[in-house]
Amino acid sequence: MRRFILIAVPYLWLLALFLVPFLIVLKISLSDIALSIPPYTPQLDLSAGWDGIKSFLSQLDFENFTFLTQDPLYWKAYVSSLQIAAISTVLTLMVGYPIAYGMAQAPDEWRPTLLLLVILPFWTSFLIRVYSWIGILSNEGFLNQFLLWTGVISTPLTILNTNTAVYIGIVYTYLPFMILPIYSALEKMDGSLLEAAEDLGCSRLSAFWLITVPLSKAGIIAGCFLVFIPALGEFVIPSLLGGSDTLMIGKVLWEEFFSNRDWPVASAVAVILLLILVIPIVLFQRNEQKQREMDQ
Amino acid sequence: MRRFSWFNATSLTLGFAFLYLPMIILIIYSFNSSRLVTVWAGFSTQWYGTLLQNESFLDAAWVTVQVAVASSTIATILGTMGAYVLVRGGRFMGRTVFSGMIYAPLVMPEVITGLSLLLLFIGIGLERGIFTIVLAHTTFSMCFVSVVVSSRLVSFDKSLEEAALDLGCTPFDAFRLVTLPIIAPAVISGWLLAFTLSLDDLVIASFTAGPSATTLPIRIFSAVRLGVSPEINALSTIMIAIVTIGVITASIITKRNSLIQQRDEQAAARTA
Repeated sequence: MRRFILIAVPYLWLLALFLVPFLIVLKISLSDIALSIPPYTPQLDLSAGWDGIKSFLSQLDFENFTFLTQDPLYWKAYVSSLQIAAISTVLTLMVGYPIAYGMAQAPDEWRPTLLLLVILPFWTSFLIRVYSWIGILSNEGFLNQFLLWTGVISTPLTILNTNTAVYIGIVYTYLPFMILPIYSALEKMDGSLLEAAEDLGCSRLSAFWLITVPLSKAGIIAGCFLVFIPALGEFVIPSLLGGSDTLMIGKVLWEEFFSNRDWPVASAVAVILLLILVIPIVLFQRNEQKQREMDQ
Repeated sequence: MRRFSWFNATSLTLGFAFLYLPMIILIIYSFNSSRLVTVWAGFSTQWYGTLLQNESFLDAAWVTVQVAVASSTIATILGTMGAYVLVRGGRFMGRTVFSGMIYAPLVMPEVITGLSLLLLFIGIGLERGIFTIVLAHTTFSMCFVSVVVSSRLVSFDKSLEEAALDLGCTPFDAFRLVTLPIIAPAVISGWLLAFTLSLDDLVIASFTAGPSATTLPIRIFSAVRLGVSPEINALSTIMIAIVTIGVITASIITKRNSLIQQRDEQAAARTA
């Protein structure tokens, strides 16, 4: 009996507040927009019995999905989200790898402090970390003032409200997610392998490419997915740092819902975003599982 | 003994400068006396004064703390139960669905979670407010708690529990007296994680809050959409200070506890 309660309570909670809401999104994405409260039709009327369910089902259609394929806005938003997420992931890897490498090579007594320094920003408010870049990247911002003062540029650069600002924002906020898995892969690496390679006449650079990089591959893959997956559906960064031409699907969904009040289309956008995410999520799970099996 | 090579020292310095400079600049400019946030006009704490007199921020902060305490506490209980079921529950009907529901929210875009919960609340006619934000935050943060706690449960020796059961403990007592003290650090860090996630969340709260309850991130977001403001800089500084003190204290306590444990183990080994 106790076992039953132990299983049932979290199970039912997730069923009611995670799975059922999804079915509702799916259902509304197949409905039509209507000028009523709630603003969609048909409504499921269980009191009408079997006929009610039948007429409800017959009114569902894929109109919203057809609409999404016809309006180039959505198509472009999906492509540009994928593009922005992919470019930022590569940039995060390029910034994060040297840091993770430096941490793994650091003297032992330094490591806990360095690890704490990487984790600390993760506990700080995401919103504040994104906001801090507005003051730096704006036309009169800190970066432009600094560059003008040093004489590198003569007119201020426009960075805020462009895609560049979005890249910077994503790299900055997701950097710990890239550093930590790579660091834990590099930390496990046996240093004598590199010594052996050098003894056998390998240059340090080729030893790095031939030994260090392949051995940290699992960490690199995990880090890339941990950045790519959340970046794809990101809303805060494009809306604060991006411009009006920055198209990201999270932002489109938000505006469709809050500004246009078109719930069926917003739901359809959500369903497609989820379908796109399934592939990287499954690949990520496979990578994790393979890693666990290798560790055992 | 290993030392820093020049390459590693440079990459670490640049990396940590990138991670910390934006926040340091933010903190410095919160003490700027000019309203023009990019021009330094002298040291002043006036923005902290105006912030503390701004009732809409104080109200929002109070709502946020209430939501965070309630949701992280419920999430810790449910998440620990979930972890126990996953690791020790054995086989039961729908186990795959259950583990799927535990892991899926971790990678779910916030806009989708928020939208789906809002549609549920409207569908069942629940009025939106603090209660609905607590429900929403509990749902996604209990999954994070589950993952943290289950990784601890996996690593500890099951035979300790079985010994307690053999010696006549009821399953509940075995959990309370044996399992819980061992997994306690993970449960506490799960609670802290849930608490931070709730404090931090903008997107899901925006969907589920409704007009009657405004949390601090919602309030900050609507303010920063208009650009940089010195009051927000002051507020950010306060929040960064609280988190920094909290994280450093927690790491000192963990370090001391592990030293005590080490010493006890050594003492036990000597007496044996």
